[in-house]
Amino acid sequence: MTEFLQQVVAGLASGSIYALLALGIVIIYRSTGIVNFAQGEMATFTTFIAWTLVDHGLGYWAAFPLTLLIAFAGGIALERTIVRRVEGGPVITAVILTIGLFILLGGLSNWIWKAEVRSFPPDRPFPTSAWDLGGVAISKQDAGILAITVVLVVALWALFQLTKLGLALRASALNPTASRLVGIRVGWMLALGWGLAAALGAVAGLFTAAASPPLDPNMMRPVLIYALAAAVLGGLESPVGAIIGGLAIGVLLNLVVTYDTHIHLDLDRMRIPIAFLMILIVLLVRPSGLLGRSVVRRV
Amino acid sequence: MPLLELENVEARYGAVQALHGVSLSVGEGEVVAVLGGNGAGKTTMLRAVSGLVSTSGQVRFAGERITGASPERVARAGVAHVPEGRGLFNELSVYDNLRLGAYLQRDGFDEGYERVQAHFPWLERRRDQQAGTLSGGEQQMLAVARALMGRPRLLLLDEPSLGLAPLVVREIFGILDDLNEKEGLAVLVVEQNAKLALRSSSRAYVLEVGRVALEGPSAELAENESVRKAYLGY
Repeated sequence: MTEFLQQVVAGLASGSIYALLALGIVIIYRSTGIVNFAQGEMATFTTFIAWTLVDHGLGYWAAFPLTLLIAFAGGIALERTIVRRVEGGPVITAVILTIGLFILLGGLSNWIWKAEVRSFPPDRPFPTSAWDLGGVAISKQDAGILAITVVLVVALWALFQLTKLGLALRASALNPTASRLVGIRVGWMLALGWGLAAALGAVAGLFTAAASPPLDPNMMRPVLIYALAAAVLGGLESPVGAIIGGLAIGVLLNLVVTYDTHIHLDLDRMRIPIAFLMILIVLLVRPSGLLGRSVVRRV
Repeated sequence: MPLLELENVEARYGAVQALHGVSLSVGEGEVVAVLGGNGAGKTTMLRAVSGLVSTSGQVRFAGERITGASPERVARAGVAHVPEGRGLFNELSVYDNLRLGAYLQRDGFDEGYERVQAHFPWLERRRDQQAGTLSGGEQQMLAVARALMGRPRLLLLDEPSLGLAPLVVREIFGILDDLNEKEGLAVLVVEQNAKLALRSSSRAYVLEVGRVALEGPSAELAENESVRKAYLGY
């Protein structure tokens, strides 16, 4: 039982990273109907920016919020310059564009920062010790990652549900034409969505680097798969679904790997196929996910 | 100077031209009706004012040229457009719809809310209900109420009677009369229900295939033989 709880706690920490990335995917999907396959590479790119900042002498926790701001601005710029050209067009064009961005940003990361692995963060950002809770060791790093995720999710919820800007963001996603008629600059609302998604991705990237150093230009590729699985599991349109999906997948992957004493799956090789399998099963059995609306389109 | 002035306005959807040089005006505090059959270009004419369709010619609002301006900018200038199909945020509550109507207002939400409640007292009782679950008549009224929250100088109404019971339609036009008389709101209303539209308006235009076929005081148009045959049915 202790072992079980231990694995659940560890799974929640990695799951919250998937949840953050999945949340970014959902925010973009809801507002523009685009599945952003570049979400992971955007996160990698901004994590390398954080590395550069720290390399130039900035402290890790000073570079952290600065990186989020840079990611936020970068997401807005990306939408305003490139993505806006495919909005409202065929879905396939948008999908190809985000896959193109995936390749482009991945290439840029490798080109600018070379394909070498770096130790980042330089010192562990969280204390390496752990709390003992009735035999279950909770590492301070896992607790820290979870806590920051909770804070971000609550802040995001407050933005969307309690502010006028949040209402305008939701309205733009629901009915862009009506939103424009009441005076909302819908184009900027979509850009803001990309900015928020990029900032969430930046956190996911920073945590991925912190949880499994060293820093590597390809580190977000598996995380993107888990996040996509999480978003699909949650229903693609549901922010709450994305969070639950992310945490569930984090825990599930951990438990499968721990309790598989029969077939001895190779841990690192089997996680991705399991995630793909989950996407497949959800899409076959319940395409609307756990919390998504079933698709009924008015014509 | 009229509040809204269209001069030789043309509009097109891709290759299809929907307006062929429409000229029309709405004075300050005036109610103007636009009649015409399906495909006459009534909706397109409103969309041309709001910037929802690509337009050439001259559209002026309060002396300012707004031809080709974005819908956001036209809204900021003081035009509220209740579009075809009402354009409500169906998933949001009645109250949130009204808040969005007041999106451009920095303050005075409470006064605006009280003001629309004077015309639509049932709003407060339904404030937390999803807009999409209201009846058709209530949805149309909410759409008008939301437009009023933006304190517009001109209200564009696209077929407010569409799909509604006659009693409800009369109620809505009664409220429009009220708004015009008491608050001096200028209204440009597009309607298939010519009888009510001519009774509520002071002037009217008849559109046919993207052109103005007839115009004049509503009382005169109501007596016009071709209007009576085509739109009033007697």
